[in-house]
Amino acid sequence: MMAQVAFYILAVLAVVSALGVITRENPVHSALWMLLTFFSVAGIFVQLGAEFVAAIQVLVYAGAILVLYLFVVMLLNPRAGGFIRMPAKYIIGSAVSIVVFFQIAITVWSSGIFKNGTIGPLPYAEGMNNVRAYGNVLFTKYLVPFEIASLLLLVAMIGAIVIARKD
Amino acid sequence: MNEYLPVAILMLIAGAVGAIMMFVGGLIRPKKYDKVKSSVYECGMPEFSDARKRYNVRFYIVALLFVLFDVEIVFLYPWAVAFGDIGLYGLVAMFLFLIILVIGFLYEWKKGALEWV
Repeated sequence: MMAQVAFYILAVLAVVSALGVITRENPVHSALWMLLTFFSVAGIFVQLGAEFVAAIQVLVYAGAILVLYLFVVMLLNPRAGGFIRMPAKYIIGSAVSIVVFFQIAITVWSSGIFKNGTIGPLPYAEGMNNVRAYGNVLFTKYLVPFEIASLLLLVAMIGAIVIARKD
Repeated sequence: MNEYLPVAILMLIAGAVGAIMMFVGGLIRPKKYDKVKSSVYECGMPEFSDARKRYNVRFYIVALLFVLFDVEIVFLYPWAVAFGDIGLYGLVAMFLFLIILVIGFLYEWKKGALEWV
């Protein structure tokens, strides 16, 4: 009961703050609303038993990625003539969002998570904790996605330097 | 999950303190503005430019590289905790991961992205 109330508070907070992100005129306000979204999602992760992911959500997303967004806002110079106003952006944005939504919905639905009844943390083996259990599967069962993540980081690194440097 | 109740209470109190301070402050403070009072205070000096100007793109590179290495460290943490279980296999897996990232690190070093000038 208690957990359900907490979930609904966090879920409503996440959706409302996400609406704040897309409706604010000032991009800095949008970024601050996004901070609230990140925190609410971190709370939902805690409820799912993913404490490590929740901690990373706060440290990396709220701490580092949001700062990066703010840097981009500053680079774009918010005072200079305001932001692009075009109706097409709503159409393009909605279309992309709908496609992504269905992609996620179909993936979640076909995983059969709803048929098994409850959604929640799986019990750990004896003497396990969240991070240890996570490390155990990440570096064995999910090794290939983990190694691909390093390639993704490499591409981002080189891409950033190529875009931002003059030579 | 109940062990996270104090965290939730702490965050509620932190938010409430800020909200109450702003609300009460708005109620009791005098509202007399003049030109000098609403001007930007910059260590006593007259301001010389708008704070919302374009920043150097180097700040962006530094921030982005920080995020990338931040994510790398995030992967090291569960690896260190689970190292006793995954042993040599895990060591090789992490070496592969780090080698790929060291290639990127050497690239940015050679390109001079770590230097400010």
